[in-house]
Amino acid sequence: MGSVGGEYRLKGIAKELLTYKSGVFGIAFLVVLISLSVYTIIAIPYGGAIDLWRGEGNVWIENPRNAQPYWVNYFGPNLPETIKRDSHQTGAGTVKVLIPIPQTNLKMLRIGFSFDYVYDAFPSEINIFFSARFNESAPFLRIYWTKPGSTEIKLLDYITRTANDNFYLSIHPQVAANIDSYIAGIVGEKPLAPLPVEQALFAVEDQTIKSTTTAKPLKGTYKLVIDGTLFGEDSDLDARVVIYGRICGLAGTDHLRRDLTIALLWGTPIALSFGLTASLTISLLQLLIATVSGYYGGKIDSLIQRFTEGYMILPFLPFLILIATFYRLDIWILLTVIIVLSVFGGGVKSTRALVMQIKEYPYIEAARAYGASSKRIVLLYIIPKILPPIVPSLIGSVPGYVFLEAALSLLGLGDPYLPSWGKVIEDSYRGGALYKGYYYWVTEPALMLILTAFAFSFLGFALDKIVNPKLREI
Amino acid sequence: MTDNILEVRKLFLYYATRKGTVKAVDSVSFDLKKGETLALVGESGCGKSSMAKAVIRLLPRNIDKYDGEVLLEQQNIMEHDETTFRKDVRWKKISMAFQGAMNSLNPVLKVGYQVAEPLLIHEDMKKQEALEKSIESLRMVGIHESFMERYPFELSGGMKQRAVIAMALVTHPRILILDEPTSALDVITQANIMNLLKKLKNEMGLSYIFITHDIGLSSELADKVAVMYAGEVQEIAKAEAFYRKPTHPYSQKLMASVPTLRTDKKPEFIPGAPPSLISPPTGCRFHPRCPSAFDRCSKENPPAFDLGSGHYVKCWWYEQSGEKNE
Amino acid sequence: MSEDEGFLSLENLKKWFELRKGLFSNPVHVRAVDGVSFDLKKGEAISLVGESGSGKTTLGKTILRLYEPTEGRITIKGKDITHLDPDDLMWYRRETSIVEQDPYGALPSFFTIHRILEEPLLIHKAGNREERIKRVHEVLEDVRLTPIEDFAPKYPHMLSGGQLQRVAIARALTLRPELVVADEPVSMLDASVRIEILTLLRELQERRRISFIYITHDLATTKYFSERLSIMYAGKIVESGRMLEVLRNPLHPYTQALLKAIPDPDPGNRKILRDVPAGEPPNLINPPPGCRFHPRCPYRMEVCVKDPPDIEQEGGHFVLCWLYGKK
Repeated sequence: MGSVGGEYRLKGIAKELLTYKSGVFGIAFLVVLISLSVYTIIAIPYGGAIDLWRGEGNVWIENPRNAQPYWVNYFGPNLPETIKRDSHQTGAGTVKVLIPIPQTNLKMLRIGFSFDYVYDAFPSEINIFFSARFNESAPFLRIYWTKPGSTEIKLLDYITRTANDNFYLSIHPQVAANIDSYIAGIVGEKPLAPLPVEQALFAVEDQTIKSTTTAKPLKGTYKLVIDGTLFGEDSDLDARVVIYGRICGLAGTDHLRRDLTIALLWGTPIALSFGLTASLTISLLQLLIATVSGYYGGKIDSLIQRFTEGYMILPFLPFLILIATFYRLDIWILLTVIIVLSVFGGGVKSTRALVMQIKEYPYIEAARAYGASSKRIVLLYIIPKILPPIVPSLIGSVPGYVFLEAALSLLGLGDPYLPSWGKVIEDSYRGGALYKGYYYWVTEPALMLILTAFAFSFLGFALDKIVNPKLREI
Repeated sequence: MTDNILEVRKLFLYYATRKGTVKAVDSVSFDLKKGETLALVGESGCGKSSMAKAVIRLLPRNIDKYDGEVLLEQQNIMEHDETTFRKDVRWKKISMAFQGAMNSLNPVLKVGYQVAEPLLIHEDMKKQEALEKSIESLRMVGIHESFMERYPFELSGGMKQRAVIAMALVTHPRILILDEPTSALDVITQANIMNLLKKLKNEMGLSYIFITHDIGLSSELADKVAVMYAGEVQEIAKAEAFYRKPTHPYSQKLMASVPTLRTDKKPEFIPGAPPSLISPPTGCRFHPRCPSAFDRCSKENPPAFDLGSGHYVKCWWYEQSGEKNE
Repeated sequence: MSEDEGFLSLENLKKWFELRKGLFSNPVHVRAVDGVSFDLKKGEAISLVGESGSGKTTLGKTILRLYEPTEGRITIKGKDITHLDPDDLMWYRRETSIVEQDPYGALPSFFTIHRILEEPLLIHKAGNREERIKRVHEVLEDVRLTPIEDFAPKYPHMLSGGQLQRVAIARALTLRPELVVADEPVSMLDASVRIEILTLLRELQERRRISFIYITHDLATTKYFSERLSIMYAGKIVESGRMLEVLRNPLHPYTQALLKAIPDPDPGNRKILRDVPAGEPPNLINPPPGCRFHPRCPYRMEVCVKDPPDIEQEGGHFVLCWLYGKK
């Protein structure tokens, strides 16, 4: 088959593409997308990505929820990063002292964390993760907080319940009550709408502490001290405190604390393969149908055309919803359903028109004169001729399918476990992103979709000009 | 005082395309006397249609060079701006009948209206008067008044061609450019159209520029013949001189390649193919195919040598016989 | 039957195309070929001259069974091929071939020249790979597209019109056909190339003794390329005979008009008006009754509304005209 080729050779096309601005942009964007896909597939293997995205095993627990991308800070606001201290690693800002009390079963524990807070906004959450070792009696702890230049606040008396306790400081009711008293002590009365714990612990201690709108973060050195009594010879306790910031990662995080870069990166090969597979399969199937219809004509043609017309009238979306109601749609089933619902579509009609034109070319008649059968003519003479004109629309319709997947996800019809751009948009929609001001959550996947659309549309336009001489600009 | 109605001096028309600059008209000069017919002959792609468009200034957007002098009744119309040109020259003094009359007519307008249209546009005439003149014009070309209300698809090929000629003549121009006016017509209809053109020339005192690739056909109207090759006029001569004794090797080969009905001469072919207008051969453009080419021909492009009586030829063989004409 | 007789024989051949004007109206017919009879000997070349709409192309293609005749009979080497099924015609496809008018459209643009020429061999399973390559080279040499390496691996868009037509001719010869129909083979080529191609065709035809039908509207090109000449008008052959005889002594008024209408390059032409009949060829849906030419004929008589007889003047010179009817 090396003898098949013709006016459209790959090198020649590539060179000509670069002479069009749209071609240059299209290829550039496409190269970006493909590089991202390749990098992603190598750097984060598929299985690992799915697991990460499912978030099993508390893998995201130390990420803040709905944090913006870290580079937002370059544009002005001084948003806090996540601060972590772990008593397993003593060092700067971490002190652990464990002293057994002689002649008793008891041990004295003191863990001290200190850190500097230099940001202009409050953290989003504070949690302490305890890992304790004990036999019968659980460690008894007292937790104290010290603001820069002021006195200690006793947060809580606490008895760990399990070997691995997650202590959600921000929502613990006892802590909240203590904080209320603390605020009342400063302001003079109990505030009506009390400040969230993580804000109260960092707020400047004056009247502004009264409400969220006025409170300001206090910069300086903070201390968190855990005094504890442990029971048993082998008992031990370690604590890990996480003061959650408001920025995290290259793309921010979502409501489940997941790093969005995973979804954005993995969305790329998913979008590309989905779009390309859908477009290619549908185009090729339509080509076959149209060729048979256009070349043989007569009753076959009428039959196929009437069938196609009926098919085109049927509503696409309600069918999809119907199917999704009864079957869980994973991405492959979705792809198959879309292909089946699109195959007798408009492309059949336009390609058929092309086939009917080509059928009249002299080389077809000459082929009949030297004895070529209809089958041979269709496969070897007509299809290679109509393939090039189909390529631009094949390429140009890829974004349509990518958008379709995203739109279906938004409607809740997509694959729930796949980290695709559509899924991110759906999450952001259900998480009220725009309402709550988490703009990055919406714009990032949207930008990826737009980039994809540009890549393929530009490429499609440029290819169209090459293949369709009439559209050429001289 | 000259009785030249048109003098073209060093006319250039280059197109800019993705593949390069197409030198369609590359320094062409000729004269046209009043009442004379100049036949512009050449093969496809030699630039003759571009020449016509250059004279009547119907240019596409991708022009690289458009230069030269075109003296219409001693006035240089190249200096006119587009508005003046449209008002005073195009269809007023110079008209054109295009190749493929089938496609020159607007299928959704009635024939009578279309023939009248130039009058409505150029002379601001009232519709009634314009239609009267349209009837007259159609009658002149042998189409009956009843066809005024018909649409182009109701006309035969020959009638469509006549209608196109009527449309070109309705403003009574001085010069009519005919670009392959009979290309899609059968031989007998072609002869009828030629008869018509001969009559009209005398009746209306027209001067023709007749563009064709058919040498036999050119002799039906030509008083003077200009042979075009690779964007240049290689030879201009009076009809008697040209058809009986062409001087340029290309003209000779062209004449020899015409299969004749009335003589027993066997036609010969010209080996090779016409050159690209983007990168024509260096030196004389015909030299790669010329049987008489010598050294100098591949190096220098000969100027047009004046052989007297308006006979010019671009060929080094005639350097001694003629004076250089720049 | 001797080799020289009756290679191809047409008897009252008709090809009508059906045209439906509306869903419920009766179909009308375009009578493209309306009763043509002639014989062609083996190795004989005939020029079929007519203008567009005369039916000459349809006749050529019907002879090749690219259309099925509406009426009449086509016999080749004694076999009646008029209504054979496509499956039964494969041997006929081997024996015949066509050279189309448009060199750019007649060759598939996505095959190399080599592959294009190989196709007929592949279809008819003629020879193994080496034999096919050998045949392709032979046929490229026949049409003088050498050196072969310069042409065989190229694609059609890399060749000029003249070269493409040579490839088309080569393709027509690959299977060593006995009958070739050339439909306006040079009308889309530059004037300077036409003679070259026609000369080549004639040479090949004579050398290989191929029966040849050369269809054209350009009467002037026929003189050197065939022994016989037939003139076609409105679906019928109005005159037929030896080439030089018909040209020197045209009998049919239409032939006479054709000859009068064609200009040779002569400076005197511009001073005379040509004496040709007015009007144009009739439409083939409702042709005039009787002689198709009579509405334009300067010699028309009353009897011309009846179908004229086909009269043989001496020596195989036939004319379809009442002027020569037996009184």
